[in-house]
Amino acid sequence: MADAAVKDATATPITASQVPEFTKAQDIGAYRDMLTIRRFEEKAGQMYGMGLIGGFCHLYIGQEAVVVGMQMALKPGDQVITGYRDHGHMLACGMDPKGVMAELTGRSHGYSRGKGGSMHMFSVEKGFYGGHGIVAAQVPLGTGLAFANRYRGNDNVSITYFGDGAANQGQVYESFNMAELWKLPVIYVIENNRYAMGTASTRSSAETNLSRRGLSFKIPGEQVDGMDVRAVKAAGDKAVAWCRAGKGPYILEMLTYRYRGHSMSDPAKYRTREEVDEIRQHHDPIDMARHRIIEKKWASEDEVKKIDTEVRDRINAATEFATNDPEPDLSELFTDVYR
Amino acid sequence: MPTNILMPALSPTMEKGNLAKWLKKEGDTVRSGDIIAEIETDKATMEVEAADEGTLGKILVPEGTQDVAVNTPIAVILGDGENASAIKAPAVAPAAAKPAKPEQSEEVTESQPKVEEPKAVKTPKPAAAQSEPAEDPDVPAGTEMVTMTVREALRDAMAEEMRRDKDVFVMGEEVAEYQGAYKVTQGLLQEFGDRRVIDTPITEHGFAGLGVGAGLAGLKPVVEFMTFNFAMQAMDQIINSAAKTLYMSGGQMGCSIVFRGPNGAAARVAAQHSQDYSSWYSHIPGIKVIAPYTAADAKGLLKAAIRDPNPVIFLENEILYGHSFPVPKLDDYVLPIGKAKIARPGRDVTIVSWSMGMSYALKAAEELAKEGIEAEVIDLRTLRPMDTETIVASVQKTGRCVTVEEGWQQSGVGAEIAARVMEHAFDYLDAPVARVSGKDVPMPYAANLEKLALPSVADVVEAAKAVSYR
Repeated sequence: MADAAVKDATATPITASQVPEFTKAQDIGAYRDMLTIRRFEEKAGQMYGMGLIGGFCHLYIGQEAVVVGMQMALKPGDQVITGYRDHGHMLACGMDPKGVMAELTGRSHGYSRGKGGSMHMFSVEKGFYGGHGIVAAQVPLGTGLAFANRYRGNDNVSITYFGDGAANQGQVYESFNMAELWKLPVIYVIENNRYAMGTASTRSSAETNLSRRGLSFKIPGEQVDGMDVRAVKAAGDKAVAWCRAGKGPYILEMLTYRYRGHSMSDPAKYRTREEVDEIRQHHDPIDMARHRIIEKKWASEDEVKKIDTEVRDRINAATEFATNDPEPDLSELFTDVYR
Repeated sequence: MPTNILMPALSPTMEKGNLAKWLKKEGDTVRSGDIIAEIETDKATMEVEAADEGTLGKILVPEGTQDVAVNTPIAVILGDGENASAIKAPAVAPAAAKPAKPEQSEEVTESQPKVEEPKAVKTPKPAAAQSEPAEDPDVPAGTEMVTMTVREALRDAMAEEMRRDKDVFVMGEEVAEYQGAYKVTQGLLQEFGDRRVIDTPITEHGFAGLGVGAGLAGLKPVVEFMTFNFAMQAMDQIINSAAKTLYMSGGQMGCSIVFRGPNGAAARVAAQHSQDYSSWYSHIPGIKVIAPYTAADAKGLLKAAIRDPNPVIFLENEILYGHSFPVPKLDDYVLPIGKAKIARPGRDVTIVSWSMGMSYALKAAEELAKEGIEAEVIDLRTLRPMDTETIVASVQKTGRCVTVEEGWQQSGVGAEIAARVMEHAFDYLDAPVARVSGKDVPMPYAANLEKLALPSVADVVEAAKAVSYR
C-alpha cells in the first residue's frame, strides 16, 4: 500500500462507509472534548467583546474534530505544534483552560505568564510546542522536533499543524524535502478550512488538493473528512503507525471549516451566510457526535445535558479565574530574555 | 437567571457601534452560535453570535440605534423555566455605559500600576546586563602555546564539545562529505559519523527552522551558514523563533543553538556576498552575538557558545580563517561570553573593534606608536551583551575613542559604542568619538573600489590623530 500511495501521490482515503465506529467511551469522550473547545472559544469571543482579551484572537469554532480526533491517535511523548489558531490544540493536549484563558487575558497565571498571549503558549509537560505567529514558521520547527526524535532513537511523532494558507509558503516545501530525505517521524496535518484569511483556496492555490502537495517529495498524503472525529482518528492512527514504523513523514489534509472570521475583526464578507449555515446545520462535528450518542442510546438527553452543564461550568470557572487573576508583576518585563 | 447579551467590541479600537439589525425576535429560541444581530462599525458590518442558550426574552436596544457603547446590554436571554417577568430591564443609556477596556479605565489599582508612569515603576536592569561577565580564566604559567589557524581552532572547539555532549550536532551545507565549504568542519564526519554531522540541502530558511525545532526539543545544534549573507533567508526563524520563544513562553521553553559561519567581506565577491551583519544581530534581545578575532578567542568562545543555553550568533571571518595565532594547550579552554579584552594597552586613545576590524586597529596602533601616540586597543569579542564597562574604563583613562568596523555607519555597532561612551563617560571625553567604517555603498567588485570601500589602517590612524588633535 505504501508504494501505491507514493505512486499516485495520494493514499487511499477512508471513505464515509469505511469510517470505523467509536466505542461508547470514545464517542462520549470526543463529544466532551470537542464541546469543551467550542464553549471555550465562544467564551473567548465574548471576553474579547468585553475588552478582557486584546490584540489578535483567532477562534477555532467549527474545526474541533481535527485536534480531538488526532489527539486520540497519540501517546505521551508525541509532540504537537501549530500556528496562531491554537486554543483548540492546547485544550486537546490537556492544557488547563484556566491557564489558557488567563494567558488570553494577559494575566500572571497564564501559560506564558501573560507575555505570549493568544498566539504564543507552550507546555513542555503536555508536549505542546506552540503557538507560532508567523504563517508556516511552525513547519520547519515541527520538522525539527521530529529530527530530535529520530536523533534520540525514540518512537515519538511530531504532529505539525498548518493551514491551507500556510501551505503556500516556501519553507513548507523545504521542510517536506528534508523530512522525507531523512525519514523524519512527522505528520503534516493541513487544516484546510477553505480560507486563508479572506482568500478562498481556489483563488490562492494552483493545486487545491493539498494532500498532493507532497507528491514531488514522495510523501504520501490523503484527504480526510475533518468534520467527522471518527474519520480523523482513523486517519491519525494510520499516519502515526507509518511514522512510528520509521517510514518517514505523512500528510493528512483535513477538510474542515471555520465558522467565525479569520480573527475577531474579520466580518467574513468573502463567503455567504448560506455556505456557513449549510455546514453548521448538516456537518457540525459536535452535533453529529451528539446525535450518535443519543441514537445509539449511549446516553439519554438528560445525561448529555449533564455533560453540557459540566463543560459549561468548567469554562465558566476558567473565565472567572482569568478575569480575577492579577496582571503580571512589572518586574516580569525584563525576565526570560535569557536563561 | 436571565443572561444579558452585551454590545461586543469587534476590534481592539472599537468603542461604540450601531445596532443595524436584529435577526431574532423576542420569544425566539436561541442556540449557542446562532447569529442574532448585525452590528455596524466604522470599518465593517459584523454578525453577533449568541454564546448562551435559551429564549430571547427581551430586546433592550432596538435595531437602528446609533452609537451603542461597548458592553451595553442589548438583549436578555432566558434559561429553561424563566419568563420575561424575571427581567429587571436595565435602562438603555449608551452614553452612560462604562468602557470596559482596561486601557480606557481611569481606575488603576496599586497592584496594577500603569506602565506609562515611569515614576511608579522601579525598572530593573535588562537581563543581559545583570550577570557580570567573569574574567578570562588564568592560563597557568608555563602552559604550552600551540600555533594554529582560526579554522583549526573552530574545528577543535566543535570536536571537543561533540565529544563532551552527545546532544551537540553540526548541520549545514557541505559540512560533512565536502568537509566544509571553507573546511572549518574538516574531519568531523570521519570522527562523529553522519548522524551528527549532517549535510543539508540548500535550504537556509528550512534548516535554520529545523535546527531551532531540534533545539526546542532539547538538542544542541550547531548550524553552519556557508556565509551569513545566506542567513538573510533564515532571518525569520533566527529572530522570531529562536530569539523570542523563551520570552513568549514565560521562560518555559527556550533554545540552545549556535548559528555560525563567515560574516563580512571576503575578497572580490561583490555586494551580495560581502555584508557585515554585526549590527543586525546585535540589535536583537534574546540572542547573544560573538565575533572573535584570534584563534584562541575563536576556540574558547565557540565552546562557550555551544554550552550556552541561549541562541548564539557566532560571526566568523573568511579572511581570518587562515590566520595563525598562539592557542593555549589546555584540556578545556572556555572563555566567558560578554567580556572584552584589552589587546594592546595604551594611554592616549582608545580604539574599539572586533573580528577583522582588529587587524586594522592593531596595525594602526603600531603606526601611531611610531609617532608617539599610545593607543589602547579593545577587542570586544562579544557584541551582545556588550562589555560597556571595559570600554568606559579605557575612555576614562584616554579621553578619546575611535571605533572600527567593516559594516555601514548608520545604525552600526560604532554608533552604539559612541552612544554608550557619551552616556557613561561624557565628562571624560576630550574629543567627539570618531567612527571608522565601511563606506556607505554596496560592496563594489573592482579591486581598487573594494579597497576604498573597506576601512583601512590609514583611516584608523587618521581618525586616532584627529581625536588627539594631532
